[in-house]
Amino acid sequence: MSLSPTLNIAVSILFDGLAYAMFLFIVSVGLSVTMGLMGFVNLAHGAFAMAGGYIVLSATRAWGVPFFLSLLVAFFIVGAVSVVFERVLYSKLYKATELDQVLLTIGLAFMAIATFTYIYGPIPQSIHLPEYLNGQINVGFRTFPVYRAFLIVVGAALIAVLWYGFERTNIGAKIRAAVDNRRMAQSIGINVDRLFTLTFAVGSGLAAIGGGLSIPLLGLSPSFAIIYLVFFLLVVAVGGLGSFKGTLVAAIVLGIFDTGGKYLYADAGGFFIYAVAVLILLVKPAGLYGRD
Amino acid sequence: MAETNPAMAEAAAPSSSATGGMSAQRARAIAFMTNRHHLSWLETIPWVLAIAAYFIFPDRMTFGTQTLIMVLFALSLDLILGFAGIVTLGHAAFFGVGAYTVALLASRYGWGEPITALLASAAAAAVVGFASGWLLLRYRGLSLLVLTLSTTIMLQEIGNLFPTITGGYDGIPGLQISPLFGVFQYDLYSHTNYLYCLAVLFVLFFMVRRIVNSPFGEALAGIRENVARMHAIGSPVHGRLVAVYTIAAAIAGVAGALFAQTNAYVTLGVFDFENSAGVMVMLALGGAGRLYGAFAGAVIYMVLQDYLAKMSPAFWQFGIGLLLVFTVMFARRGLFGVLEDARRLLRRGTP
Repeated sequence: MSLSPTLNIAVSILFDGLAYAMFLFIVSVGLSVTMGLMGFVNLAHGAFAMAGGYIVLSATRAWGVPFFLSLLVAFFIVGAVSVVFERVLYSKLYKATELDQVLLTIGLAFMAIATFTYIYGPIPQSIHLPEYLNGQINVGFRTFPVYRAFLIVVGAALIAVLWYGFERTNIGAKIRAAVDNRRMAQSIGINVDRLFTLTFAVGSGLAAIGGGLSIPLLGLSPSFAIIYLVFFLLVVAVGGLGSFKGTLVAAIVLGIFDTGGKYLYADAGGFFIYAVAVLILLVKPAGLYGRD
Repeated sequence: MAETNPAMAEAAAPSSSATGGMSAQRARAIAFMTNRHHLSWLETIPWVLAIAAYFIFPDRMTFGTQTLIMVLFALSLDLILGFAGIVTLGHAAFFGVGAYTVALLASRYGWGEPITALLASAAAAAVVGFASGWLLLRYRGLSLLVLTLSTTIMLQEIGNLFPTITGGYDGIPGLQISPLFGVFQYDLYSHTNYLYCLAVLFVLFFMVRRIVNSPFGEALAGIRENVARMHAIGSPVHGRLVAVYTIAAAIAGVAGALFAQTNAYVTLGVFDFENSAGVMVMLALGGAGRLYGAFAGAVIYMVLQDYLAKMSPAFWQFGIGLLLVFTVMFARRGLFGVLEDARRLLRRGTP
């Protein structure tokens, strides 16, 4: 049994697009929530993802840590380091202008890129995956690459965990309250600063996981920090600041459009994701689920 | 309008005691408003230095030319970022449009005459600036950042879509640029280029200076400081922002055109995020919103790049990142801000 060629391509686009969307979501969700909380423009977020990628790379290669465990290692290391940055640098600029925040975080991103170029060189690296993540799965009517299926499963699991944390726990309720109305949340005794540090750490850690997960798909070079930052910003802006649902919808829409564009029009491939994002933003400047 | 001007309030700040202080404050404020556009002898310094550099470093004129182009590029950004307060991550779009206008005119139509090509570049960049500004300047914050960034990348992707015209990522090499005024040949050491760029910079600088000291420039400062109040007094905010954005785009287009003419080649790399970020960094290093910040910032940036990149590109990137972090943390108004603070401290020390 097999599918017609058109349907086959459509299934490929949906499947690959969904896998790509999971990567976009995992990295962007932290950026969206922290921007929603403090209105802080963090252009160094891509650098956290890139750092996570290199930690996964080193952990699996040099220290022989299993791939899955190395993702957790990256999560905790990058999350912990990001708290230092948040306390020492970012926290001084919460009331500063957007321009100062942009400049500080571009500076940090440049420093991160330079540091990782110095250590690992500018050449894109690939990762040696465990056997069970290689190859194809046969589901009867066609085959799917195992790694992308794995990415979708991991992404779905993370979404479930994050959704539970965001919508069903006390801390999640506090975060939502602070995004909605920061001063009101403070006045009823929520420590927004501490909440922010926590979400910043978790968000950066998730970015690190996303960076690690993306290596088999995209390869990893230091310029990742800037190149993919653009996509994360697109996802956050299109989804709406601080909106969990918005980030998920935006990641899926942009992931599938980008993949589809590259499948169907190889030459104009890069164009679609921007065109779609710009059109959505022109109609809804605050994003799909953002508040004006 | 006069009450909202921050520079004026600053100039008038020291005397704010009893009733007698009020009239002195008013007098000082009036003096500031009437004298601020007068030329000070200090303003000759950068031009004297630029001409001196021509005689002192005759073998570094290629570098000097690129620095002057970056000064012009940073100046165009100062107009919208420093004076109108528009934060954009896509200023390279106009630089790129200017550069490609020169390149396409020369390579496809054999139009190598530099001055008219410069005007054509300014016009092309102004059209793109007007269109994108009219569409995008109603947005603020993250949306505006993402929209300006996306527009620039879309221009780059469009260029990449038509490799037969734009040469794709390989760009257009070996542009034939005619001698300036039909007389001055371009020499290997860029002496002509340097003076050519300096002259263009001089003309455009005084144009920008005139703009920011005009009532229009005051309205821009008002928009930067308090948009709500400008709306309330009936100022056509969007129209003014689009106007200044178009002017800045035209100037950035001229900078791009000079870049293409003096290098005789152009690639799609001119649209890179690094180019948009780089010019913003230059302006931040020098100090935004004070015209001469563009000079200081571009020179610091280019000299550092020259020294550090020779050692290793990674050093350069690390150095500029570190400098940026330090600027934001300790010298938020750039080099000129530090100088102003130092001058104020000295004055306070010696009454």
